Amino acid sequence: MTITVEKNAYLKDLTKKIRRHIVKMTHHAGSGHPGGSLSATELLTVLFNEHMRVDPKNPDWNDRDCFFLSKGHCTPVYYSVLAEKGFFPVEELMTFRDVDGRLHGHPCGEHIPGVDISSGSLGQGLSVGNGVALAAKLDGSERRSYVMIGDGELQEGQVWEAAMTTAHYNLDNVCAIIDWNKIQLDDFVENVKGVKNLGDKFRSFGWHVIEIDGHDLEQVDEAYREAERTKGRPTAILAHTVKGKGISFMEDTHEWHGLAPNDEQLEIALKELE
Amino acid sequence: MAEMIAPRQGYGEALVRLGEKHNDVVVLDADCAKANLTTMFKGKYPNRFFNIGISECDLVGTAAGLAVAGKVPFANAYANFLTGRAFDQMRVSVCYSNNNVKIVGHNAGTSAAQEGATHLPLEDISLMRSLPRMTVIVPADSLEMEKAVEAAYHFEGPVYLRVGKLPVPVVTKREDPFVIGKAKFYKEGGDVSIISTGIMLDEALKAAEELETQGISAEVIHVHTIKPIDAEAIIKTASKTKHVVTVEEHSIIGGLGSAVAEVLSENCPVPVKRVGTNDRFGVSGKMDELLDFFELRSHRIVSSAFELLKEKAPV
Repeated sequence: MTITVEKNAYLKDLTKKIRRHIVKMTHHAGSGHPGGSLSATELLTVLFNEHMRVDPKNPDWNDRDCFFLSKGHCTPVYYSVLAEKGFFPVEELMTFRDVDGRLHGHPCGEHIPGVDISSGSLGQGLSVGNGVALAAKLDGSERRSYVMIGDGELQEGQVWEAAMTTAHYNLDNVCAIIDWNKIQLDDFVENVKGVKNLGDKFRSFGWHVIEIDGHDLEQVDEAYREAERTKGRPTAILAHTVKGKGISFMEDTHEWHGLAPNDEQLEIALKELE
Repeated sequence: MAEMIAPRQGYGEALVRLGEKHNDVVVLDADCAKANLTTMFKGKYPNRFFNIGISECDLVGTAAGLAVAGKVPFANAYANFLTGRAFDQMRVSVCYSNNNVKIVGHNAGTSAAQEGATHLPLEDISLMRSLPRMTVIVPADSLEMEKAVEAAYHFEGPVYLRVGKLPVPVVTKREDPFVIGKAKFYKEGGDVSIISTGIMLDEALKAAEELETQGISAEVIHVHTIKPIDAEAIIKTASKTKHVVTVEEHSIIGGLGSAVAEVLSENCPVPVKRVGTNDRFGVSGKMDELLDFFELRSHRIVSSAFELLKEKAPV
């Protein structure tokens, strides 16, 4: 047991709250990406609340840990976690994708406290994470870099260019989190362009690999601890997840990759999340 | 006869001086350090040098991360692979994210010489100019390159710097001021304006001399910063001479010629002739041969000036 019963209950409650934000935000906007947000909910909730050294009151603090959402479309979960952590008011979540708001469809690093890079074009996050990690090594800083990558996103070549860089420079302060929900926009990943033997792929690139159930709070927490303990090489957490997790009709289907619930669907979803 | 120095020489030396003064300067290369002369910096500051390997997209992304962490990265690669391949990384991770990254495109223009079309960057300025927030600097020679490196460091925000590989005449002077966004008047004249960028300043000055012998007074303006363009200087000279020839070692689509034409068509519509490479790829050849092949020579500037003056002359 790495987290206490009380903590587990607290985090569980928080993930439920975040899932409610996700469906409400996408319903509000009439668009957005609930599927990959719901699959990453535990991974991001535990990361921001139990592991990352960040200060919502001082988001640009020099020595902070950095997180890069390489799968930039999953802003509903990202913004929700940031808001619940205190980076900006929770009420602002209901301005998601509004033309006069700052919570754009994909994150804009310049405008949102706690967001360190703009993303949305897949494949770029790990390179950026490596850059922060190289700077940390140069400065003798303990800061760490976390990068969340989708499994479909692994089809982007830059991810593997960057994976070589991370291992080549022994960046043990980099932790890549693969949200392995098995589904991309069009279809199951294996039907589009498979990413089989993911563990072997990362291991052969020189990474330490941890494979977990990405919805099990304890396993998620322990994986981050193991990553922090691992020295001399970077860690990839391969998190088996379910796309659309938590809402029965959204689970395990590509239909809800980028679709917003209508009024009726919202009602059902919120009921399931009570 | 002006001294011949490769712009990359001035670049490499300036980078070392910058590294000496500023601890936050870091340098990245994509396995072209020997060619780009970033080996000078690497030799002096090995800890602050990162060879990212043959992966331009990763190079630019890594540079963006270093900038997030407060470093001032200079990301180097051959200009065409860098601007073509890593365009999206510059767009999203650098410019949209407003990261203080200096992008340095090497082997510029005809200096890729015998490597042939794949290696001849004739579209890089056009690509970089289209990116919001990107500042685009194309120095005339090694001496101006040194000043540009210093200025790029002190400028907060993304910069694209274009660096040539082979020796070209040093035509600027040590005492010439260098201010990003400020064009420099090199010769006063009243009949025609020659607006040049990069190493074409040399040919522009030669063309002005040739025109002078034929009784035509040419004004020469060097635009080292293509973006933001010095509209004021361009409008000023065009209002005076009413005839403009632009000259660049780059495609006439999207580079200096386009930038000048955009300014003039909206503010001071006068006839413009663009000297540069046409809508085509390069070939293999020695740099001098390529400059002849593309007619990036004073005689073409002179003939363009005459064409303009003839067009406007009363019958």
